Amino acid sequence: MDLIDFGLIVLRVVATFALLLIVTPLNIWAERKLLADMQNRVGPDRAGPWGLLQSFADAIKLFFKEQVLPTKAEKWMFLLAPVFAVVPAFLLFMVVPWGAPLTFTIDGVERVVPLQGTDLNVGVLFVLAMSSMAVYAVVLAGWSSGSKYPLLGGVRATAQAISYEAALGLAIVAVVLYSSTAGDSGGGTLSLAGIVERQSGTLEAVLPQFGAITQFIPRWNLIPQFVAFVIFVIAAIAETNRAPFDLVEAEQELVGGFHTEYSGSKFLLFFLAEYVNIFSMSALAATLFLGGWNGPTFDSILPGFLSAAMPTVWLLIKTYVIVFVFIWVRATLPRMRYDQLMTLGWKRLIPGALGWLIVSALVIGIRRFGLPFV
Amino acid sequence: MTLNDYLPLLVMMVLALVFVGAAVLISRIFSPKRPTVEKSAPYESGILPETEPAQRFPVKFYMVAMLFVIFDVEIIFLFAWASRFNDLGWYGIGAVAIFTAFVLETLAYVWKRGALDWNVKHRARYMTAADREAA
Repeated sequence: MDLIDFGLIVLRVVATFALLLIVTPLNIWAERKLLADMQNRVGPDRAGPWGLLQSFADAIKLFFKEQVLPTKAEKWMFLLAPVFAVVPAFLLFMVVPWGAPLTFTIDGVERVVPLQGTDLNVGVLFVLAMSSMAVYAVVLAGWSSGSKYPLLGGVRATAQAISYEAALGLAIVAVVLYSSTAGDSGGGTLSLAGIVERQSGTLEAVLPQFGAITQFIPRWNLIPQFVAFVIFVIAAIAETNRAPFDLVEAEQELVGGFHTEYSGSKFLLFFLAEYVNIFSMSALAATLFLGGWNGPTFDSILPGFLSAAMPTVWLLIKTYVIVFVFIWVRATLPRMRYDQLMTLGWKRLIPGALGWLIVSALVIGIRRFGLPFV
Repeated sequence: MTLNDYLPLLVMMVLALVFVGAAVLISRIFSPKRPTVEKSAPYESGILPETEPAQRFPVKFYMVAMLFVIFDVEIIFLFAWASRFNDLGWYGIGAVAIFTAFVLETLAYVWKRGALDWNVKHRARYMTAADREAA
């Protein structure tokens, strides 16, 4: 660890940060445009070509708007809530791997630069921890506003987020469990880079007896862990408070939910955190289930620097497929009732995820260790 | 694995905090500050608030919080098991099966007791005599 290593870390962090700050407004634009298309409207089309700069314009506008501090608000908690929204959102994105580690030689010293914020060996747990932290933002914002709608929205959001976090966690356990089938390690891996690595190659490694078909199918967790994938995506939509689970900010009954009293740049921060979370959750779904950055790099056709960038391009494509699903679901499904939301979470997803985990453990166990008591 | 792996997270945290601080401060410089009594009052769709926000909440929310703790602990143990799955073999699967059975039993109990029913129609005190007969 010397100054160059530290410089590389800062470079990586700044690059991640810049990527998020550029991509998030574009995602908001993409969502508005797609929703408009699905609802037979035009959508934003004034700021920049095809309205591309609309979100940037909105952000700049919000900087010039008055920040109202409600008289009944707890001042410091009110100020702290957007911090709790933004910081975990950015931190969560740091563990998503965007390619295989690069090796450089600078000053005669070999340096390995992972194409991800940081490769934690407990990456999966870190993801769960950060998505739990995001709940604090909602609770603090709802409670400190000293107003009825934010409080109701905050309490609803908390119950919803913790309910679906259990389902989200169980779906991820199934993935970690399944990653124990690759390699000859002691078990599954909690590192996201490790999970991606264990999805490389084709399904032939798992089912060699059907080699004629399986050699053309990538070894993504999507196929063996399809049930976990469905649970993960549903729980991720609920975790990010998106339609059809957007009871938190149900406009018709709660005005704006937990951020009703927020205005100006503090509202902007909540909005930013929400869309960063959508992007991170989609990237995570792609990483855990769609093979992450695995994909053909076309070494022989493309020039070197392009084929080196292909893994990142693959993950971006996969991420945007999931982002599209998020938007598509929002345009298609009406908002659920609160009792339906809780029923789905506690009576369907959690027992379903636990059952699926038991089935996975038994199947993987029989394939790995043979039948017990024989 | 060293603490160095967490250094990028620390740098990101500092960067994010600086960003949040800058966003609030810059906007404070450029934005107008003209508070009025009506503007700073809690927003209630234009109606003057007469009562405080609710101080009491349905006990179900607390039930959900407690259930969540049970399941979160379960998940943490499951992660530990999944990351040593091959070493533990059938012994691990058996142990986790017993543990999971107890958690599922908890879920079955609260399910039967109606702690997961949020629809008021299913609540005993909203039931009519006819409902009780049907149930």
